[in-house]
Amino acid sequence: MSASADAALPDAEALLAALAERMAGAVARDAAFVGIYSGGAWLAERLAEMLPGEHPLGFVDVAYYRDDFKRKGLKANTKRTELPFDVEGASIVLVDDVLYTGRSVRAAINELFDFGRPDRVELAVLVDRGGRELPIEATYAGARLAVARDLSIVLARGEGGTLSLGVEPA
Amino acid sequence: MTARAATAPPPPPGARPRHPQLNAEGKLTHLLTLEGLPAEAIEGILDAAEPFVSIGEREVKKVPLLRGKTIFNLFFESSTRTRTTFEIAAKRLSADVVNLNIGVSSTSKGETLLDTIDNLCAMNADVFVVRHGQSGAPHLIARHLVATGRHHVHVINAGDGRHAHPSQGLLDLYTIRHYKRDFRALSVVIVGDVLHSRVARSLIHGLTTLGAPDVRVVGPATLLPPFVESLGVRPFHDMRAGLDGCDVVVMLRLQSERMRGALLPSSGEYFKHYGLTAEKLARAKPDAIVMHPGPMNRGVEIDSPVADGERSVILPQVTFGIAVRMAVMSTIAGN
Repeated sequence: MSASADAALPDAEALLAALAERMAGAVARDAAFVGIYSGGAWLAERLAEMLPGEHPLGFVDVAYYRDDFKRKGLKANTKRTELPFDVEGASIVLVDDVLYTGRSVRAAINELFDFGRPDRVELAVLVDRGGRELPIEATYAGARLAVARDLSIVLARGEGGTLSLGVEPA
Repeated sequence: MTARAATAPPPPPGARPRHPQLNAEGKLTHLLTLEGLPAEAIEGILDAAEPFVSIGEREVKKVPLLRGKTIFNLFFESSTRTRTTFEIAAKRLSADVVNLNIGVSSTSKGETLLDTIDNLCAMNADVFVVRHGQSGAPHLIARHLVATGRHHVHVINAGDGRHAHPSQGLLDLYTIRHYKRDFRALSVVIVGDVLHSRVARSLIHGLTTLGAPDVRVVGPATLLPPFVESLGVRPFHDMRAGLDGCDVVVMLRLQSERMRGALLPSSGEYFKHYGLTAEKLARAKPDAIVMHPGPMNRGVEIDSPVADGERSVILPQVTFGIAVRMAVMSTIAGN
């Protein structure tokens, strides 16, 4: 991890505030927020507190729906997918930290539909870094960033719950 | 250590001895036995099983992880529960499952085991789940697959002779961990027909690998293997003394179909001394759990009020068994 690359990254808390502002008024007051583990789960929790209305919370781990099992095998530390509300007919906002190829979002949408037929699925991300390999776009994004292909953007949660962005070699 | 370890050929100098279940990268590619399997590999499967439990609670009890894989259940010995739970596990992973009761098909026409395997490989098998009356049959198949360069085909031992039943051992370990959390403080007692029990052998290896400090076996001298202490367990012939202060009681089925000669006077006599009753269970800790791999012989090794009582976790074992087998299949198929 290089300090100069970190310095170029925006503050995650400021991006979250910008994202919440874009979503306020546009998102249904009863929309469920479903975070994709792990970064998206932290963001979904925060957004449910920040935005007006009653937002049921859910979490998905897309490990069983990924398209790279053949190359990478079973992912370690997979978490339980928890959707403690009726997906059938729900208005859902999928939440993720970084939107890149779109493959995780594809997997998450497939998983949602194994629980029912939502009325509407939107996508909120903290960072859209371009580089899509599938026809998937964010409904709401905190910021759009250009990042070198050999780097991953990683969201971290520190003591007290403060979010921050860093980069790692891909 | 055991006598076997002393007679095993020494590894070439500098070479790290490789377990036959592990591939060149040291990852689990077959599940043949828990003996000698590193603690990390066992814990990896127990951890992987945890989120699979919730798949069974969904409306659509299926994930697409092994879509397009073909899994052959090869049962040379009869089994209902193990075969069914492997089949459900494979189907919940979206694999295609083919059940073969070999006892009544090819081998009765004279085909050898490895010819059967070659034929099924020609049908593009990905995983074999094998139960066989002969100890070592799954090893033989795994070695054959390696020798013929079929590194993408995997074997799971679903019980071989008196040797091992590793997926049962793993589901027992999962159940114990679910209720008791930390193995390093536990007293676990295995009661009954340890001599004929591959379930007991697999569980003992798993428990000692994960650091359980006190593993005991209880049974009449005729049903405990000679030198059972060499497995790292303490033998008891008196059940009450054996259960004293324990956290987990694992009852074994009296396997009358495997018994030759007069090992026991009668099943009534057996129940009197080694059947688990509420009175005998009172010697265990108040929060001790009662397990049984099934099928149970009520009134032989376990009394109905105990089998159906609040400390019995016999039915959760079955549910966890599906998740553990999903974890085994997806771990080996991905390595």
